[in-house]
Amino acid sequence: MQDDRELVMSRIREALAPLKERAQYPEYDPELPVCRAHPEFADDWELFSHKMKQVNGTPLKGLDALGQWLAQQGFKLGYCDPALVETVRAHPAFAGITLETTFERSRVDDYTFGITQASGAIAETGSIVLKDSETSSRLGALAPWTHIAILKRARLYPDSITAISHFGDDPSIIWATGPSKTADVEGILIEGVHGPGVQVCCLLD
Amino acid sequence: MPTKTQQDIDRYARDLNPEVYTSVYGGTKATTEKRHDVLFHDYPDPDLLRRTAGEVKQHTLENLDTYLPKAEAALKANGAQVHFAADGDAANRIILEIMKANGAKSMVKSKSMVSEETGLGHFLEDNGMKCLETDLGEFIIQIDHDHPSHIVKPIAHKNRRDIAKSFEREGLGDYNDDPATITRRAREFLRGKYFEADVGLTGANFVSAESGRLAIVTNEGNARFCMAATPIHIGIVGIEKLIPHDRDLALFTSLIGRSGTGQHLTVYTQFINGPRRFGQPDGPEQMHVVFVDNKRTEVLASNCREILRCIRCGACLNVCPVYRQASGHAYRSVYPGPVGAVLSPLLAGTRFPELADLPKASSLCGACNEVCPVNIPIPDLLLRLRDKAKTEHAGRAMKGTPPMGMYGLLASQPHAWRAAMTMGAAMNLTPNAVMNIIPPAAAWNSCRQLPKWRGGKFRHWMKERGKN
Ligand code: SF4
Repeated sequence: MQDDRELVMSRIREALAPLKERAQYPEYDPELPVCRAHPEFADDWELFSHKMKQVNGTPLKGLDALGQWLAQQGFKLGYCDPALVETVRAHPAFAGITLETTFERSRVDDYTFGITQASGAIAETGSIVLKDSETSSRLGALAPWTHIAILKRARLYPDSITAISHFGDDPSIIWATGPSKTADVEGILIEGVHGPGVQVCCLLD
Repeated sequence: MPTKTQQDIDRYARDLNPEVYTSVYGGTKATTEKRHDVLFHDYPDPDLLRRTAGEVKQHTLENLDTYLPKAEAALKANGAQVHFAADGDAANRIILEIMKANGAKSMVKSKSMVSEETGLGHFLEDNGMKCLETDLGEFIIQIDHDHPSHIVKPIAHKNRRDIAKSFEREGLGDYNDDPATITRRAREFLRGKYFEADVGLTGANFVSAESGRLAIVTNEGNARFCMAATPIHIGIVGIEKLIPHDRDLALFTSLIGRSGTGQHLTVYTQFINGPRRFGQPDGPEQMHVVFVDNKRTEVLASNCREILRCIRCGACLNVCPVYRQASGHAYRSVYPGPVGAVLSPLLAGTRFPELADLPKASSLCGACNEVCPVNIPIPDLLLRLRDKAKTEHAGRAMKGTPPMGMYGLLASQPHAWRAAMTMGAAMNLTPNAVMNIIPPAAAWNSCRQLPKWRGGKFRHWMKERGKN
């Protein structure tokens, strides 16, 4: 409502008018929110893996590792980003697994996993970054029990500050830090509430 | 009999169901410890983060006249539609209008404190719309016709047995109090609801004035599902949620996860400033943002404006000795705990006197200030409000509360208590009926219901236990 806009703005101006001076923006060190350094990890991937495991995520290095992991899961059908499907299919680990490149909402429970691209990852927190421009289907990355994000090494950022500097103009950016979870019931941790119960990040060099 | 010095809240604490006490006390204590560990592990000087974040928010509030139009412009430039609501009713009407204009009938909603303030869910239902809470805790609150007792953990006062009973009653499977089963059943039930809904509603934890980005944090992924399955996204946002730049989001997302739940980051941290991108098959084609005043500008004009820095992390609730004893419902308002003792009376506007006793529900131990990620001097604000209550002769700051007084009387007489407990179903009607004849309680009661009376079970259980 246009009237309400004017009303709210004028109330704000009136509320602030009596202030003799207004609080300054603290010009803080941009590195302030960056966590303590972890010299014990050889590189950002090692740190990322460690952090991702801490939140019960599954970091995997390379398609072979992904293939081995997949073999243990007994998956039959999943969703895959059309841009990745050739690479993934070419790998022997995917023989016998059906990959669909459109996500049909009416069959939401048929997909046991979804494979989409990660637009980035944050080493410090073990988070993957999903941008609308590079996620082929929001649902494909969210609804199946297992989500597999494929990450290029160049997109691995050390910290959240760096990830923010790569926001670009994307209207929907998600940092996913481990599987979906709740502790609403007596503080007991349960995974897979609405989103994935298993979150995988596979690094491709 | 209650002594004169006892406050309403003391009485509430004394009469609290022991099971509720155990849930609340255990939960708050564990979260407080986790918060401490994770902050001190990651930062050599966590206090510097808190102080800085407080200064950033204070600066933003005192320059809201520039930042709010800036956020508005950025959102519009990105294809989002921006609305302003002077009060809660206006916010509800705007949302109803958006739904009607699009022929929408149902909404899935993720957690939003401001929508609790405006009573959005009931308003929409009264106007023929469906409105379903998707956060597990809020969903349970909804099916129980209860109200949240904590701003981050709405069902802090319930245990798994309570929840299992509710699920059984609602036809969500046979009685099963295994938390994993409860969660899986909610997942299966709510899944279909997302796809049926026309609108997904979220709140926002922060809004960057620079880009208009709404930062929305959830652990369950329900806000994300609301924005993947529905064609319209509505964000309802208090005007105090702004921060100046995208880069400030690093500081605030880091603090909210650590302070609220002891996590480095909340599982899903989303930054949204427009409808879905061209080529994206899922998600909203429309994005609406409703900026809500609802007395925030009055608070901004008051000498308690620091409370508007609050990022609703719940750390002050968890650490507060009064909250731990009394639990959230004792505060009789949307915002419980130390933040609520300041914010609720202020947001009550002309009904300030009705909540003027809340600022006295504190020992002024200072723990709330110490943990607050935006360094709000809550004890100082409580003193300022006590002063306001005195100067305005707000009777309630001194007097007892009639309904709680009655409750207190009942609870202090073992015979009367036992008799009341066995009255069973009659008690389901009594508290509400009694409350409705007392104006302040009726006002509170008008937008919420007391939980269904389930008293007596604990005593029965104790007796049975004694036999074995
Ligand atoms: S007052 Fe501070 S500690 Fe309490 S909820 Fe708000 S931000 Fe958190």
